[in-house]
Amino acid sequence: MQPVGVAAPLKVDIAEKTFQSAEGVKIVALRGLSFEVRQGEFACLLGPSGCGKTTTLRILLGLDRQFSGSYQLPEGGSNRIAAVFQEPVLLPWRTVEQNVRLALSPGLRDKELDWLFEILGLSTMRSLYPSELSLGLARRAALARAFATEPAILFLDEPFTSLDERTADRLRRLLMTVWAARPTTALMVTHNLREALLLADRIIVLSPRPAQVLGIYDVALSRHLRDAPALDDLVLDFHRRFPDTM
Amino acid sequence: MKAGFRSENEASENRRTQRVSSGIGAALPAATALASLLGLCLLWSLAAGIWPSRAFPPPLEVWRVLLKEAASGDLGFHLAMTLWRVAAAYVVAMVVGSVIGVLLGTHRRADSFFNPWLILFLNLPALVVIVLAYIWFGLTEAAAIGAVAINKIPNVVVTMREGARALDPRFAEMAAVYRLGPLDHVRHILMPQLQPYFAAASRSGIALIWKIVLVVELLGRSSGVGFQIYLYFQIFDVAAILAYTLAFVAIMLLIELLLVQPLERHATRWRRRPA
Repeated sequence: MQPVGVAAPLKVDIAEKTFQSAEGVKIVALRGLSFEVRQGEFACLLGPSGCGKTTTLRILLGLDRQFSGSYQLPEGGSNRIAAVFQEPVLLPWRTVEQNVRLALSPGLRDKELDWLFEILGLSTMRSLYPSELSLGLARRAALARAFATEPAILFLDEPFTSLDERTADRLRRLLMTVWAARPTTALMVTHNLREALLLADRIIVLSPRPAQVLGIYDVALSRHLRDAPALDDLVLDFHRRFPDTM
Repeated sequence: MKAGFRSENEASENRRTQRVSSGIGAALPAATALASLLGLCLLWSLAAGIWPSRAFPPPLEVWRVLLKEAASGDLGFHLAMTLWRVAAAYVVAMVVGSVIGVLLGTHRRADSFFNPWLILFLNLPALVVIVLAYIWFGLTEAAAIGAVAINKIPNVVVTMREGARALDPRFAEMAAVYRLGPLDHVRHILMPQLQPYFAAASRSGIALIWKIVLVVELLGRSSGVGFQIYLYFQIFDVAAILAYTLAFVAIMLLIELLLVQPLERHATRWRRRPA
């Protein structure tokens, strides 16, 4: 990881990642996975369940160092990374606001965050504990925590799973609103094609395990035009390009 | 947004009902406890009336001795000495035991190596530790407190080790991604997760410690409740023995009610109360 200017993108080049199962059998999770995310772009890693998307994200987050290969994180800005996990992972013993502020570096803990709570509809919930929130609200708090840090790159690991479709959709729109307010290089992992088509600039399509890049799908349509019928068209177009996936 | 407002209202409503119920709820158990203790005293004084004996004084006699000892200043002095030893041994045992317990709970290799030591110390009789401490380190205050702490440390280690094994790795990963410093990690990630185990260790700890402190005082100190009980045992003064014992039990009860329980309520304020 060499510092290359201010606007270096995310570059991933993972040669191999294997798991040892309990019986000692070697399972190859990733092999020859390489892709790039451009500065300021919202990219999606789209692949079938169990193809190694979350494994890839854990490697990029620095939580798993047992792999061969390399990656380069974007430099510049706050030089921090942020993550929204599959579960909200809020500290139950801290209020929503404390959870958000704890993610900030100690010098910035008191910074002004009213705009963020406002956008995410959390203004009246800042002093509540996570156990007092619904899952949808907890997810919003997790989003607030991620954006509060003004990260150089934001990783999202299927952040809208186990929500009902209406709540998930509202949250996707909220994510877009807050992302539009502070555009951030972002990489989201999902197995939901419509979700990827709704949110992403580019979709990196992965094969089943061991994950490899099958191709890149550029979502040409501007984001505010992506209503339900437009998404239907995009789904059809995507299936023309990648007939064997999903 | 509607969902959001609803849960907000529900939450504040919950809190309001909690406050109301805690007003009545706090008074009722206190009254029950008081009635129960009065009943015990009544039973005691009836029994002492039926079988009058110097070895079984009625509660009023104990109360008289208690007042006399308090007036002379002896009671206060000896209670304070015992209390200070309990406090010192408690702090040493909790700090040392917690650190060792968390280290063992998070390092499997060290745990399997030191586990036999732990079992050895768990099964070492308190009396042996006290006698050896006095022989090796002399009849000093440090030896007395150290001996009590060593008796308690293995229990703390076992409980805190369980707590460390139950730590949720997701919180540690979140802390790693957001680069929490080591101090923040201990304060916001580690301590709140270990708090229930710490509370359990400390509950069982205080009761055990004060009983061992009495033995330590009896064997090698010239102050404290244990020393006084030994003194009155030699002149067979049961009323004085009971006066000292009950005075100290009362103090421990006050500590539990005024210090331990409010602290625990504060530490678990984030838990949703059962409806």
